[in-house]
Amino acid sequence: MPSSVRLQEMIRVIRSARTQGEERGIIQRECADIRAQFRQGDNGERSHSLAKLLYVHMLGYPAHFGQMECVRLIASTRYSEKRIGYLGAMMLLDENQDASLLITNSIKNDLSHNSQYVQSLALCTLACMGSAEMCRDLAPEIERLLRASNSYIKKKATLCAVHIIRKVPELAELFTPSARSLLSEKNHGVLHGAVVLITELCEHNPGTLDQFRKAVPELVQIMKGLVTSSYSPEHNVAGISDPFLQVRILRLLRILGHNNDTASDAMNDLLAQVATNTDSSKTAGSAVLYETVLTIMDINSESGLRVLAVNILGRFLLNNDRNIRYISMTSLQKIVQTDHNAVQRHRGTIVDCLKDQDTSVKRRALELSLALVSAVNIRSMMKELLIFLSTCPPELRSHTTSGIFNAAERYSPSKRWHIDTILHVLTTAGGDVRDETVPNLIQLITTASELHCYTVHKLYRALVKDISQQSLVQVACWCIGEYGDLLLKGECEEIEPVQVTEDDVLDALETVLQSHMSSPATRGFALTATMKLSTRITDNVDRIRSIVSIYGSCIDLELQQRAVEYNALFKKYDHMRAAVLERMPVMDKNSPGHTNGDTSGEIKEPDPSKPKPVEAGLLSEPASQVCDLLDLLDGTDTPLQPSPAPTSNPTTTSSADLLDLLGGLEPTPVLTETVYEKNGLSLKIQCDKQTETEVTVTLIGSNSAQNDITNFTLQAAVPKSVQLQMKAPSGNVIPAHGLGQVTQTVVLNNPNKVSLKMRIRVSFSNQGAVHQDTVQIDSFPTQASQTSVSPL
Amino acid sequence: MRGGAGGIQLFSMRFLLLFSRQGKLRLQKWFTALSDRDKKKIIRDVMQMVLVRPPKSCNFLQWRDLKIVYRRYASLYFCCGLEQGDNELITLELLHRYVELLDQYFGNVCELDIIFNFEKAYFILDEFIIGGEVQETSKASVAKSMEEADSLQETMEEYLNKPTY
Repeated sequence: MPSSVRLQEMIRVIRSARTQGEERGIIQRECADIRAQFRQGDNGERSHSLAKLLYVHMLGYPAHFGQMECVRLIASTRYSEKRIGYLGAMMLLDENQDASLLITNSIKNDLSHNSQYVQSLALCTLACMGSAEMCRDLAPEIERLLRASNSYIKKKATLCAVHIIRKVPELAELFTPSARSLLSEKNHGVLHGAVVLITELCEHNPGTLDQFRKAVPELVQIMKGLVTSSYSPEHNVAGISDPFLQVRILRLLRILGHNNDTASDAMNDLLAQVATNTDSSKTAGSAVLYETVLTIMDINSESGLRVLAVNILGRFLLNNDRNIRYISMTSLQKIVQTDHNAVQRHRGTIVDCLKDQDTSVKRRALELSLALVSAVNIRSMMKELLIFLSTCPPELRSHTTSGIFNAAERYSPSKRWHIDTILHVLTTAGGDVRDETVPNLIQLITTASELHCYTVHKLYRALVKDISQQSLVQVACWCIGEYGDLLLKGECEEIEPVQVTEDDVLDALETVLQSHMSSPATRGFALTATMKLSTRITDNVDRIRSIVSIYGSCIDLELQQRAVEYNALFKKYDHMRAAVLERMPVMDKNSPGHTNGDTSGEIKEPDPSKPKPVEAGLLSEPASQVCDLLDLLDGTDTPLQPSPAPTSNPTTTSSADLLDLLGGLEPTPVLTETVYEKNGLSLKIQCDKQTETEVTVTLIGSNSAQNDITNFTLQAAVPKSVQLQMKAPSGNVIPAHGLGQVTQTVVLNNPNKVSLKMRIRVSFSNQGAVHQDTVQIDSFPTQASQTSVSPL
Repeated sequence: MRGGAGGIQLFSMRFLLLFSRQGKLRLQKWFTALSDRDKKKIIRDVMQMVLVRPPKSCNFLQWRDLKIVYRRYASLYFCCGLEQGDNELITLELLHRYVELLDQYFGNVCELDIIFNFEKAYFILDEFIIGGEVQETSKASVAKSMEEADSLQETMEEYLNKPTY
């Protein structure tokens, strides 16, 4: 078989493989062949083998062993070998490969080759994979080609220069002089490259940007020529003369006109002309118009021009082509803050785009709609957004719900509307809302006290209908627990009253408790609500008692704990129950520092050593303390405090045992004991720190006598296995009348954990008399053991 | 990473991919240096995203920090990754121009042409785009250059039989 066909044959064979394994086998054989070929050296077959390897590479198989072959082929004198060699270099070598440096010399030589097609290969490859080092090496060559060569080479050299500048920004200066003169070229390819090069130069250096502003009139001329020229078949696309070049020029004008009045003025007329005259029935024209609009919006254009631009975008919104609608919305999104009113005029069309079939379009429409919501249009916009929510694709749902909540928070016309909206969202898309929604909604409900009756009725009905949406169920349970009495009364102005019996309500809560759809957190809410109802209903308290006692043996630790404690509330503390389960006061929202995320009404750890925040929530202490404790339950926006903190003075009521749960968290007072008192000197020992093997104590000497105590010294002795370290005393004079103290810290290291004893010799002078005494300390004051938090 | 003067956005093409409806890669051109692993991951992700799009969809997608512009021609998807400041509509025109060039060269180009003559597809691309930017806006010019370059191939008879290697 002639070698020339072998590549095609190999491709055919590979394609005929029926399994991945078969393909791998074929590839392995071919690669072995290729490797053998490479080893054989120059035999006219090398380019075929490299081509085969490149195909194999494209299929995803490793081809590193071909790198050196690329280097060799590039250095060949045959064009076909160079061509495939350079292609191989672009595919297999990038700046991260060491072998790439080896082709620098070949590229250098080829840049001065007498065939422009060889030069072209070198230029193209350098622009594709040239590393910073290679670029530095070859930059002067490229600069020379920019100035001296024919159009074919010039256009490639300019783009190569662009690559060099991207890799080595300092080399920008090298190309700046030649870049300007390229603008006078007639060849479109060169012109296009020149505009790209100048754009790149301006991006890298604000000084250069200033320089090139002088070129604005020239650029305007070129554009005018393109826009008004008669039909030129060579560059024409759908009636637009060279849209690629037009777009690049417009982009450069944007950069030059940005923040600069003179430049912006100079291009004003041109932009107006392009905006009005370009035929946008095909993509090419729309592309030019689009770029024009972007430029108008980004420079200091006159207001008339801006209005023109926004109107073009508005027209785009009505275009049948989805792509045009999409990019129109992207652009409107960019200017919605700065030109809000102009964009508002197109709100209707934008909202219609919410109904488009295409997800990309829907997403854009959603973003834009949310940005357009204002106090004026909130009701109608929310209607549309809620309709959208019920049919939107799943990937957009959580974004939509957060957007709706934000909008509702900022612009809701009334509390009732706000609550209704949130409820609607929870019913439609409860699974896609953020965790903070539940506490936020609860907080909102408490503040709308006139609506408690309405809210609880609405929530009850929603609960009865469907208990699958956890956030909704949680809020409903909480409300029923809080406002169950209003629910049972049956009268409510804003809703047709429905007779709800106590049994109905308890049925609903029990359904939630028993359903496997309910999450543990939800069941917690339901149980607490059931408990709270015990003070709000009259006939069925026994039913509540039995529910609560059943859950006392629930497998879920959290529920079990709650149930056991509620049981205790019934049995031992029935006298307190009413007070404990009283209606909660309004919670204040702290606007900054939302830290609701963690709490969200879900108590995750059934950790018995922590005080149950649920219990904390039941305590109906005077408002301020209650609010602190409520932090833990409902996550109001005051920053979450670590659990020990909100126990400021919980022992004010007589319910010491219940509150013992919190008692152990009081900061433990450090205990001192007086060990010696005589002659006016009083010596106390204070336990500072105690671990299993180490005790730190401070000896405090104070003086109640009339005269100062002087030469006060302490010496200490401890059992053999204990190590003693006495720090320096604070002084040796103790002022009279208790006006001062001397302290001395002693560290005792007790590795064998023997019982600690210490003998202290005290010696001091008072009124000229020297006293010496010995004190034996047999037991050290330890930190009081905390009242353990035990289930009641 | 390129710096911008005065907050102007960056524009550049990051990659150009051709792949079939079955997810087979037919051409890959990268305009930034990436590891093989990264390239493979991008190809996988982009293919996955594009192949599930229903027929009459918008041709533009947002993916990570890039805009993806794609269009389907018969059994091949032509797909570009652009940076944020790029003009998607002109990129559609660019993809179309590339297809026209291929069509002109191969005469009624089909996927098989590109499979069996992949290196030529690359050569044509390299006459049209350099470093992610258009180098020649005239169709005729590109065609002429290809013709002349091909004539330099040493083994003419084999070459004219269409399979080059």
